[in-house]
Amino acid sequence: MKAIVLMKQTPDTAQLSASMDGLKLMAEGGPRIVNPWDEYAIETGITLAEDHGGEAVILTMGKPEATEAIKTGLAMGCKGATLLTDDAFENSDSLATARILTAAINQMGDYDIILAGKSAIDGDTAQTAVQVAALLGVPYLGYVAKIEAVDFDAKTITVVRAIDGGRETVTSPLPAVVSVLKEIGEPRYPSFMGIRKAAKAKIPEMGLADLGLSADEVGAAGSQAQWLQVTLPPAQESTLEVIEGEPEEAAKILVQKLLAEKVI
Amino acid sequence: MAKIWTLVEHRNGAIDSISWETLAMARQLADKSGGSVTAVILGDGVGDFAQTAFHYGADDAIVVDDPSLKDYRLETYSATLTALAQEHQPDVFLLGASDKGREIAPAVAAKLGVGLASDVLSLDMDGDKLVATRPVLVGNLVATITFGDAKPQMASLRRRVFPALEPDTARNGNVTQANVAGITPVTEVVGFEAAEGEVSLNDASIIVSGGRGVGGPEGFPTVKALADVLGGALGASRAAVDAGWIPYKHQVGQTGKTVQPDLYIACGISGAIQHLAGMKTSKVIVAINKDPEAPIFKYAKYGIVGDLFKYVPALTEAFKAELGK
Ligand SMILES: Cc1cc2nc3c(=O)[nH]c(=O)nc-3n(C[C@H](O)[C@H](O)[C@H](O)COP(=O)(O)OP(=O)(O)OC[C@H]3O[C@@H](n4cnc5c(N)ncnc54)[C@H](O)[C@@H]3O)c2cc1C
Ligand SMILES: Nc1ncnc2c1ncn2[C@@H]1O[C@H](COP(=O)(O)O)[C@@H](O)[C@H]1O
Repeated sequence: MKAIVLMKQTPDTAQLSASMDGLKLMAEGGPRIVNPWDEYAIETGITLAEDHGGEAVILTMGKPEATEAIKTGLAMGCKGATLLTDDAFENSDSLATARILTAAINQMGDYDIILAGKSAIDGDTAQTAVQVAALLGVPYLGYVAKIEAVDFDAKTITVVRAIDGGRETVTSPLPAVVSVLKEIGEPRYPSFMGIRKAAKAKIPEMGLADLGLSADEVGAAGSQAQWLQVTLPPAQESTLEVIEGEPEEAAKILVQKLLAEKVI
Repeated sequence: MAKIWTLVEHRNGAIDSISWETLAMARQLADKSGGSVTAVILGDGVGDFAQTAFHYGADDAIVVDDPSLKDYRLETYSATLTALAQEHQPDVFLLGASDKGREIAPAVAAKLGVGLASDVLSLDMDGDKLVATRPVLVGNLVATITFGDAKPQMASLRRRVFPALEPDTARNGNVTQANVAGITPVTEVVGFEAAEGEVSLNDASIIVSGGRGVGGPEGFPTVKALADVLGGALGASRAAVDAGWIPYKHQVGQTGKTVQPDLYIACGISGAIQHLAGMKTSKVIVAINKDPEAPIFKYAKYGIVGDLFKYVPALTEAFKAELGK
């Protein structure tokens, strides 16, 4: 069994505070982590490898500093990784990113499953994994809360999707792109041995030429959606009205206020 | 003359209201640019939906009515929409940012090689270019997105942000019947377990949430009673979820659901930045907390400083009396 885990390095939003706003956090040199949602994909890949034999490997498109996040994934138990990095990749939209990831996947030989997170907490598009599936021409299973059954010999998988209105059980042929939710299982911590091994790991890198892509397919040139600007959200006006009084009295006042707001 | 498309979403014979929210925005863009709005309807036995779409602002409709579209499958829906877009060449294609829309839109955009902005909060046209704003960094930043020359320019619109138009039953339009893309879906739905008797956080116009201040699992019924009397959904902070007091599906915030109800009542929630990320754009926020310094009060319109176990039941009773329940 071979699982490819799509993992992105993202800003560490736990560091947000009064003195560290979103813009500072996003700026170059800010604190970085494994995209929290991708930890669940890593966990799923490692668990599948443990249960069925084989391995989970990481695929990341990002800047050279993304090796830090990759090493976290290796320390957790992934067996290999590739970093797709090139100045030409900067400012790729989700489709250009998917093109880069797909080009790499097509060079990786046989694989059984591609795992992804729910979204990357920086761009928050939740588009990339769907687009990888579309470009590869393989099924996409999103919002996966549980892998009910998987048979890598018969090349089939049954998953539970947690969607608007309920839980849907779906079967699909493999390979497929599977985007997992938190419910799939808590990610493990890196082991001490794992951290030591990962620290020494040499992460292979691939760029534009290695992937056989041209410069106008990637980066800003290859992106049809572009970020014109990024700003802090408009400051919330603090118009707090404190409702005073004993419970019964305060409740009556609040009810009238809310009825007047027409929100009920 | 911009040709603007919207997708009409439905489940079990009922149209998802997000379709009309999206259609209202399409109408606004079309009126501004002198364009037209086409409602695209896929399904089995959905012919009647076109008329309703006209009432809500569409000029015409493309209907693909086929038994193979009875159950939603990403493969069939995205292949059919891709083929339709290739044939008719719309300039703009808007969908709702529902669970379905958020997977259909990227799949279609990838096949067409066009740009997509997901989960947008505002939309406008600058000449023939769509300009969208959307939250990034889990709501801590807002990005303005613009598009290249490839058409259609695509966007999915966040639920409950764009008000639907009042239906005008005098409106009418032309219906074009189209064919399903001849592909056989490889995935198969083998079961569905409906979330019964529970208002989902995604759709709720009222949410009542409890945090660590609720004190334990035995405290949540107090919060839920208020949600129930208001017909709202029950939410929670991560602290309450991590403590095992309430299941994860109720979690609001950066690592839970992002919600935008008309009314959000936070009970015993301090208002950590990661919780705020999921709810601070709610129209009216009410906070009940015994600590007057709790950050949640900075975002609340109405606040009660006090013990939630005294004030929440009082509120429940007051609403019961007022709403005649
Ligand atoms: C990466 C990351 C992601 C996170 N994601 C989320 C997320 O998605 N959602 C989320 O909610 N949090 C998230 N958190 C956690 C967040 O930082 C806070 O720890 C959490 O929101 C605190 O929950 P709380 O407000 O219920 O608890 P507390 O901060 O402990 O606040 C409890 C409040 O209850 C009040 N109180 C106590 N007793 C009573 C009473 N009887 N009556 C009235 N008030 C009372 C107290 O005054 C206090 O203000 C995340 C954190 C990190 C680092
Ligand atoms: N640069 C990237 N490298 C590897 N995987 C990525 C990258 N960007 C996105 N992904 C994957 O796609 C998922 C959705 O990301 P996004 O579309 O950016 O919200 C993430 O959870 C990752 O699994």
